[in-house]
Amino acid sequence: MNYVFDWSVFLKGIGGKETYLTWLLSAWQWTLIVAFLGFIVAFVLGFTMGVFRTTGNKYLVFIGTAWTELFRNIPILVQLFLWYFVVPELFPITKALPSFMLVVMALGFFTSSRISEQVRAGIDSIPTGQRYAALALGLTSFQMYRYVLLPVTFRIILPPLTSEAMNIIKNSSVAFAIGIAEMTMFAMQAQEETSRGIEIYLVVTGLYFLSAIIVNIFSSLLEKAIQIPNFVGAK
Amino acid sequence: MNLDFSFLTWDVVSVFILKGLLFSFYLTAIAMIGGIMMGTVLALMRLSSKNWLSVPAYLYVTLLRSIPLVMVILWFFLLIPLFTGKTLGAEYSALITFTVFEAAYYSEIMRAGIQSVKKDQANAGYALGMTYLQCMWYIVLPQAFRNMLPVLLTQTIVLFQDTSLVYAIGAYDLLKGFDVISKNFNRPVEAYIVAAILYFTICFSLSLIVKSIQKKIQIIR
Repeated sequence: MNYVFDWSVFLKGIGGKETYLTWLLSAWQWTLIVAFLGFIVAFVLGFTMGVFRTTGNKYLVFIGTAWTELFRNIPILVQLFLWYFVVPELFPITKALPSFMLVVMALGFFTSSRISEQVRAGIDSIPTGQRYAALALGLTSFQMYRYVLLPVTFRIILPPLTSEAMNIIKNSSVAFAIGIAEMTMFAMQAQEETSRGIEIYLVVTGLYFLSAIIVNIFSSLLEKAIQIPNFVGAK
Repeated sequence: MNLDFSFLTWDVVSVFILKGLLFSFYLTAIAMIGGIMMGTVLALMRLSSKNWLSVPAYLYVTLLRSIPLVMVILWFFLLIPLFTGKTLGAEYSALITFTVFEAAYYSEIMRAGIQSVKKDQANAGYALGMTYLQCMWYIVLPQAFRNMLPVLLTQTIVLFQDTSLVYAIGAYDLLKGFDVISKNFNRPVEAYIVAAILYFTICFSLSLIVKSIQKKIQIIR
């Protein structure tokens, strides 16, 4: 097989001042934006549901568990179609949302089920003594979670949270299915238009790789910045 | 908003859905068996003290784990015809892609499994005069496999969910089946609700089975 690389494909115009390169960069931005917003949704919902599951209140435990099972047992692409086709019909108010927000919601809900698992495991791993100590000091349940349990939990589960952040970038690629102009969509369309699939895919793959590395670096900086001396993982 | 599921007759289901469901199961089974075999080899390579074995395995696993599955599916769909000179069809391409891709994930599980078996056991095998392969095959791998069975099965549930991503190259899987009827009958809302329920039922039941296996294994130990 003799393949001649032609990197000039990225300089080809696609109308106006735009080239495939500028399109790629905006697609990368979309990937990062969708993943970032999705992660915020996942973080908030995941922590809420994870906390619910450790409260011991049977209704809250049920809600948290049902939520987790529901959103992790349906493939992300099917969930995306639910948000795109079904939710706007059932709740017409969501028709006002731009379609990239639907991807954000889909990614956020899907990932929240995984974060909720980690949060629950994290809270369970804290010695019960801390819980009792907090209550003995007269803290309310909310204060106990806010000031005692969650700050430690967050530090414990930072490594799996990091892999979830990397996963959400990877999973954001399903957005192609509803026509969001992110990197996978770019790869598919640019490949079709230029027939220079290998060059295009190589660069897109490289950018996904780079995005994962950025998340990793950010997370290890964060880990160092917030570590508690003489505590889990402290060096 | 009126939901009307009456278009989902047995004829429709058997023509459009069953075919897709069977392919999804087939793809999951092939990728699981192929992926575990290839993953085990990769895990053994990675744990090897020889750099020329461990470095390629490390690169392979890291690379595949850091790019989205959809991109891997697209890569193979593009590259297979370039290398073989003929188009194989989306389904065949998916079978190869998933095996190769899942091997990276299974290999990490098998690596943890192999490391969970105490070194004394392998040493005892060597002391009995077993070769490396005999030692792995008769002593280490059976235990590694059993220790990791719940994790391997959980990964298989993820794999089954991921098969829906063959949508990117238009292979006819379970989701594609629902996609087709949603267009044929112009009933996307009902079609995707049923699709979600079906996927949920399959994955949730599998996860319950995994849980019960996990309990059994715990008792035996």
